[in-house]
Amino acid sequence: MQNKKHTSWLKIPAVQTLLASLLCIVAGVLIGYIALLIINPSGATEAILTVLKNFWTYSRPKTQLKYLGSTLVKTAPLLMCALSVLFAYKVGLFNIGAAGQYVAGAGASLYCALALQLPWWVCLLAAIVCGALLGAISGALKAYCNVNEVISCIMLNWISLYTVNTLLSQVKDPTSPYTLNLKRTNAAAALPSLGLEKLFNNNANVTIAIPLAILCAMAIWVLLAKTRLGYELRATGLNRHAAKYCGMRGKFNIILAMAIAGALAGAGAAMLYLTGFEEWSCTQSSVPAMGFNGIAAAFLGGLSPIGTIFASFFIQHITNGGAYVDKTMYCSQISDFISSVIIYLCGFVLFIRRFMNSRIAKANEKRAALEKGGDKQ
Amino acid sequence: MENHGNEYAVEMLHITKRFPGIIANDDITLQLRKGEIHALLGENGAGKSTLMSVLFGLYQPEEGKIRVNGKDVVIRDPNDANALGIGMVHQHFKLVECFTVLDNIILGAETCKFGFLNKAQAREKVNALSERYGLHVDLDAKIEDITVGMQQRTEILKMLYRDNDILIFDEPTAVLTPHEIDELMQIMRNLAQEGKSILFISHKLAEIMAVADRCTVLRKGKYIGTVNTAETSMEQLSAMMVGRNVNFHVEKQPKTPGKVILKVENMTVASKLHKNNAVRNVSFDVREGEIVCIAGIDGNGQTELVYGLTGLEPLAGGKITLMGDNITHASIRKRSKDGISHIPEDRHKHGLVLDYSLEDDIVLQRYFESDFTQFGFLRRKQIRGYAEQLIEQYDIRSGQGPVTMARSMSGGNQQKAIVAREIDRDPKLLIAVQPTRGLDVGAIEYIHKKIVEQRDAGKAVLLVSLELDEVMDVSDRILVMYEGEIVGELDPKTTTVEELGLYMAGAKRQEVREGAK
Repeated sequence: MQNKKHTSWLKIPAVQTLLASLLCIVAGVLIGYIALLIINPSGATEAILTVLKNFWTYSRPKTQLKYLGSTLVKTAPLLMCALSVLFAYKVGLFNIGAAGQYVAGAGASLYCALALQLPWWVCLLAAIVCGALLGAISGALKAYCNVNEVISCIMLNWISLYTVNTLLSQVKDPTSPYTLNLKRTNAAAALPSLGLEKLFNNNANVTIAIPLAILCAMAIWVLLAKTRLGYELRATGLNRHAAKYCGMRGKFNIILAMAIAGALAGAGAAMLYLTGFEEWSCTQSSVPAMGFNGIAAAFLGGLSPIGTIFASFFIQHITNGGAYVDKTMYCSQISDFISSVIIYLCGFVLFIRRFMNSRIAKANEKRAALEKGGDKQ
Repeated sequence: MENHGNEYAVEMLHITKRFPGIIANDDITLQLRKGEIHALLGENGAGKSTLMSVLFGLYQPEEGKIRVNGKDVVIRDPNDANALGIGMVHQHFKLVECFTVLDNIILGAETCKFGFLNKAQAREKVNALSERYGLHVDLDAKIEDITVGMQQRTEILKMLYRDNDILIFDEPTAVLTPHEIDELMQIMRNLAQEGKSILFISHKLAEIMAVADRCTVLRKGKYIGTVNTAETSMEQLSAMMVGRNVNFHVEKQPKTPGKVILKVENMTVASKLHKNNAVRNVSFDVREGEIVCIAGIDGNGQTELVYGLTGLEPLAGGKITLMGDNITHASIRKRSKDGISHIPEDRHKHGLVLDYSLEDDIVLQRYFESDFTQFGFLRRKQIRGYAEQLIEQYDIRSGQGPVTMARSMSGGNQQKAIVAREIDRDPKLLIAVQPTRGLDVGAIEYIHKKIVEQRDAGKAVLLVSLELDEVMDVSDRILVMYEGEIVGELDPKTTTVEELGLYMAGAKRQEVREGAK
């Protein structure tokens, strides 16, 4: 009897996803540890613990809190990018363009803040609109010309990167490749904190971006699960022929879905750059990894908006933790390496779930056979 | 075929296979004599597939044993089955579309010389086989270019090339035209005469009576019996299969059609496959209280005709009028709201979102109505209530009621859900495309009854069917389509199946009507 309960509990999709995600994390950490052992055995254990500890590296609770705040500051944009990928995925689209939409959002928000001296909410809005526009372009190309969204997104990633580099060069600090300091140039453009910074030992970068991102995750969940639009979008993603058959506006839905996805990623960028946490480097020649990490966070979160909150935090946690690894023993890319291994394995969450299901089915079969054998005796 | 004595090619004795919650095979015995054609008959879910999976080693039975040529064997996987000379033609062919027929036949059993294919030798062997069994196929044609019947021959040659002696045909006629079915029957007879043993899985009684020597019947996982077809009747077989007497002839009172609901004038639809139009200059109308049936061999434009009517494809020309309103360019949603219900040909492609729950699929055509949506939010309670009502009313069976995934339901119940959804919208015009495809006798009877009920309630019904029996029994008026045109209008009460066949094959045609201007 106990056994049976155990099985049915394992069958709950949410539990499966959670287990699969945890499994990925454990395997990723293990592989990272092995790599560290190969490179330099003497410091491997300490290094992997450092990655996992992140802000707990500091002994004083107050400092810990402060750096937890820093991790959260970068979690918010990651979560938004993950939501962007997740939302498009539910409609059957692979939004690899979250990275480019993020770039567009960064460009729009920083230009509005630094060049036009606009208040924070206008900057945020501009980022949302630009991200949405970029997403809508990919959506329209897909809907009307049947251009694969992955191809058009990758192209647009580069177009937006160099456009934004050019645009933001106008508000560049003359002595460095970075844009002007946000808070000194236009303090009104910084996101308000509403006193949240006090919770994190006066970490000035902690703003409403964090609760806002979590609210967005909940809103996306409600949108997908409870609304008529979500019903249509999910139907389009699961079976576009059936969606067409029952008269849903397929083309419109594809464009709308990509626009919403773009808006999420664009807003994500504003949620980072409008905190003043970091500046944009106008000479960068690769698309920021945030959008791509969003893909991993979405999958590690089991493609559930709520799961994505935790997945985003975890990925940002180890990324930040990687920065504390002893650079005299390991080259500075090691933290990226470990987080990429884990992120890479995150892609297997769905695969592991399927594997678990087939194992459960087999175990059930065996149990049935055993019980039957028992009856006979 | 009595002289083959008691030597059996395959014996599956007292096979029992359980799954959590159900017994798929309960003490089933199947004995296939050498050189006979043995039919395996049963409704969907009767346990035919499970039994075959046991024979192919995909499942291990909990009880019972398998003997091949008198020897006890253990079959662990399909390779074991192959080694024992057991081959199968699946319902959905396993062919590589862009390979030639010959390449497909030798695939996985290639003869090689120093790592290079020796196709000449293979070709010789295949030629000899096709000569011997009358299986003529163009070996150098690509699979994607040949007909379904030819593809099936390729599958049969695949089995023969591997020297299989025990041949299993899984619902082989489901995809074939009447003419191809006749040819397949002849091929099966030839194979049996040459000493091959054939297991023929089907739920088409007429074919079993025509070709099989004996027939084993399963029902709900249980063995019902094995009969000689010469000593039985279709009525007896169907009673064994469904456990009660089935009414083959659809009960239907005569009814005078009323006013015109659907008027189609000079309709033309472009084809996606070739340059010619799939539907050419077709004109007809459907009145209230009548069932008009579009008959024809698959691929003669019926699919595109329905796409044009429902709005899934744009028209290349012509005009569609529904109750006086011109709907030629109306959207799918508009047509649906105006009173067109559509039971689609392909229930998995168009009819259902398979990963939606049953209740979500049931409101697929109505989710936007104010009964089910308020301020942009779905009214879950109302949807649940409506789904429960239809499940009860239309006897849709599923594991967990309204929250069952559509994917996990049986084909018959999926179809019932679609029929329930489309009929319950109270349409003016019901378009039903092959509504009974792949269903068992019980479900077919039920769906025919529902369609006739709609007609009796004064609805206009357009039925598209490939099944001659269905065409003859259900319809009030038959339009025959051949190469995109309507070549004949027939009255099922006065015409014969033979005459209908001539029209369908393009051997006969009449000028149906002057093209309406």
